[in-house]
Amino acid sequence: MKYQRIKAVAKKEFLHVIRDPRSLMMGLAIPMLLLFLFGYALTLDVDRVPLMVWDQSNTPASRDFVSRFAGSRYFSLQETTDNYREIERAIDRRDTLIALIIPADFARRIETGHRAEVQAILDGSDSNTATIALGYADAVTRGYSQEVVLEHARRTGTDATIGQLDVRPRIWFNSDMISRNYIFPGLIAVIMMVITALLTSLTVAREWETGTMEQLISTPLTGPELITGKLVPYFTIGIIDLILSVLVGEFFFDIPLRGSLWLLFGMSLVFLVGALSLGMLISIVTKNQRMASQLAIVSTMLPAFLLSGFIFPIENMPLPIQGITHIITARYFVTILRGIYLKEVGIDVLAPEAGFLAVFGGVVITLAIRKFRKKIV
Amino acid sequence: MPFTSRFLPSALTMDAIRTHNLTRRFDGLTAVDRLTISVAQGELFGLVGSDGAGKTTTMRMLAGIMDPTDGEAWVLGRHSVRDSEAIKDDIGYMSQRFGLYPDLTVMENMHFYADIYGLPRRGRAEKIDRLLTFSNLTPFKNRLAGNLSGGMKQKLGLACALVHTPKVLFLDEPTNGVDPVSRRDFWRILYQLLKEGVTIFVTTAYLDEADRCNRVGLIHKGKLLACDTPVNLKQLMRGAILEIRTSDPRRTARLLRNRFSDATVGLFGDRVHLVTGDPGTGETAAVSLMSAEGIELLGIRQIEPSLEDVFVSVLSRQGGAQ
Repeated sequence: MKYQRIKAVAKKEFLHVIRDPRSLMMGLAIPMLLLFLFGYALTLDVDRVPLMVWDQSNTPASRDFVSRFAGSRYFSLQETTDNYREIERAIDRRDTLIALIIPADFARRIETGHRAEVQAILDGSDSNTATIALGYADAVTRGYSQEVVLEHARRTGTDATIGQLDVRPRIWFNSDMISRNYIFPGLIAVIMMVITALLTSLTVAREWETGTMEQLISTPLTGPELITGKLVPYFTIGIIDLILSVLVGEFFFDIPLRGSLWLLFGMSLVFLVGALSLGMLISIVTKNQRMASQLAIVSTMLPAFLLSGFIFPIENMPLPIQGITHIITARYFVTILRGIYLKEVGIDVLAPEAGFLAVFGGVVITLAIRKFRKKIV
Repeated sequence: MPFTSRFLPSALTMDAIRTHNLTRRFDGLTAVDRLTISVAQGELFGLVGSDGAGKTTTMRMLAGIMDPTDGEAWVLGRHSVRDSEAIKDDIGYMSQRFGLYPDLTVMENMHFYADIYGLPRRGRAEKIDRLLTFSNLTPFKNRLAGNLSGGMKQKLGLACALVHTPKVLFLDEPTNGVDPVSRRDFWRILYQLLKEGVTIFVTTAYLDEADRCNRVGLIHKGKLLACDTPVNLKQLMRGAILEIRTSDPRRTARLLRNRFSDATVGLFGDRVHLVTGDPGTGETAAVSLMSAEGIELLGIRQIEPSLEDVFVSVLSRQGGAQ
C-alpha cells in the first residue's frame, strides 16, 4: 500500500463529490432532512387523547370527575353529548378516541358510600394507542377513587390507608419518558447506515460504467489502495453527518447526550468502516450503479428500520426473527448510540456491540478487497 | 542478465511484445483466435481491422487487464498473466473509450495519474509542462476534461498515459472520431515518441493510418490474416489496380461488379477501383463497357495498391478459400 496513491485516489474522489451537487445532497442534505422529518413526526408518546363525555349525572361530583380528565395533559375534552349515536359517529370519524359515560346515579352512589360505575368506550382499531389511553384513564380514575375513599374515611373517622400498597416509581435514564429521546439516537444510527452504504455503492460501479476503471486498472494502483482511497471522502461525509446529527439533537430536539462524546465518535468510526465497506462491496460485485444502489437500499434500509430495534422492540419479535437481528449491523449501532445517549454507559458495557461492529467491518472490507479484480471479464 | 531469464521466450529475441497462440473466447464467440505476433523494441506496430475484429480484446490482454482463454503473451519479457502487475509500471495504456475523469480539470487528471504512477515531486512539474506543451494542451490546463473536444480528449489521454515515461505504449483506436487536423497532430506526437525509443502498439480501423506504421498486422474475425511492413503487404496484392473515374461512379461500380465479381471492385468516394490480373485487358473491357452504357469516362489509370486494397484482396482470397 503506497500512501501517495491512496492520497491521490482520496483527493480525486473528494473532487467528484464536491463537484457533483447530487452526491453532496445525498450525503449531507438528505440525512438532515430525514433526521428532521422523523425527529418531528416519529413519536410514540400518546398525548392529548381526544375525549368525549356524556355526563348523565350532571352534578358537582361528576363535573369534578370530568375535570380530572380535561385538566390532565393526556386528555383533551373535545365535546359533550347526550346520546350514544353521537359517540358512535365521533369514534367512526376518529374525532374522539375515548368516550366516558357517567351514569345518572353517579353522585348519589358516591355520597352514600356505594360503588359507582363509569363506562369508557375506546376505539380499539389502534390497539397500541387505545391501551395507552386506557392506562391513562385508569390512572386518573384510580386517583379520583382514592380521594373519595380517603374523604369517606375522614368523615367516618377510620384509617383508610391500612393495608394499602404504595408503589413509588423512579424512572431512570429517560425520566420524563419522552419517546423522542429514545427514538432519536436510533434514528441517527439508521440514517447513517442507509446513507453511507448508498454513497459508496455507486463509486466503483460508476467507474466501470463510464470506462474510467479500464484506464485505472492498467496502472500499478492496487485494489486495497483504490478501496482505501475511495473510502476516505465518504468517511469524512459520515463524520460530518454525525456531527450535524448530534448538533441537531442538542439544539433542535433537546436530546440530552449524557455519555462521552468521544466514545460516541470512536464507536461511529468503527461502525462507518463496516457500513461504507458494505456499499463498496456491493458496488464491486454488481459493477452497475442502478443495481448497486437498489441492493444497498434493500440490504440496509429494511433491516435497519424493521430489525434493529429502532422502533419495534426486538424482544417482542418471534424467536427466529430475533435470531436474524443478530446479524443486522444497525442493531448494534442503535444499542450503542442509545446506551451512550441515554444511559451514559462506557465501553465496558458496549464491548460486545463494539466487537461485533469491528468484526463486521473487518470481514466486509476484506471481502471487498478480495472481490475487486483488476481484470475485465 | 540473470541466468534464468535466458529461457524466457522474449528475452531471447528482445522483443517488446510477443504472443503465442493468444486466444480469447467469450461464450460462443472467439474474439481472438490463436494470434501469434512479435513487436520489436522501438517499433510502431499497427493492428488493423474492422469493428469487432478482435483489436480491443488483443490490446486488453497485452495490457494485462484481461486474461486470455488460451495461449500466452509477454510484454518486455514479463508474462501477461503471471506477471501482469509488474508490466503495469512500464506500459502506458489508452483505452478506446475516454478513460479520464470529465469532472476533473486537465491538470488534475495529469496530477492524479502522476501520483498513481508514483512520479516523484522533483521534476514532476517540468514533466507535466512538457507533456502539455507537446500535446498543445497548455492553454486548456484548467478546463474540465469533459469540456474538451474529441481530439483534445485523446491528446489528454495520451499525455496521461505518458506521464511515467512508459517503455511500451498501447493505444486503442486513438484517432477514432477525431478530426483530421487533430489526427495529424496525434501522429506527429507518436513519431516524436518513436524517436525517443518508445515501442508503440496501436490499433486502428483506418487503413490509411496503417501506412504510417513500421509493421502492420491485418486482423479479421480474431484471426491474423497477414503481418508485415506496409510495403511488403502491398506485394501480397495479386494483379494490378485500375482507378476509374466516371460521371456516375455508383452505376459504374454496379456494372463492373456484374461484369467481374464483387471482390474485385471497390468504390472509394468518386473513384472505382478494379482489381485485375492483367491491366491491359482489364482497361479495354472497362472502356468498352462504359461506352456501351453511355457513361462518360473521365479517366482510367493504373495505381499503386493502398493497404485498403490489400485488405480487400486478402479478405476475398480468404473468403474464396473457405
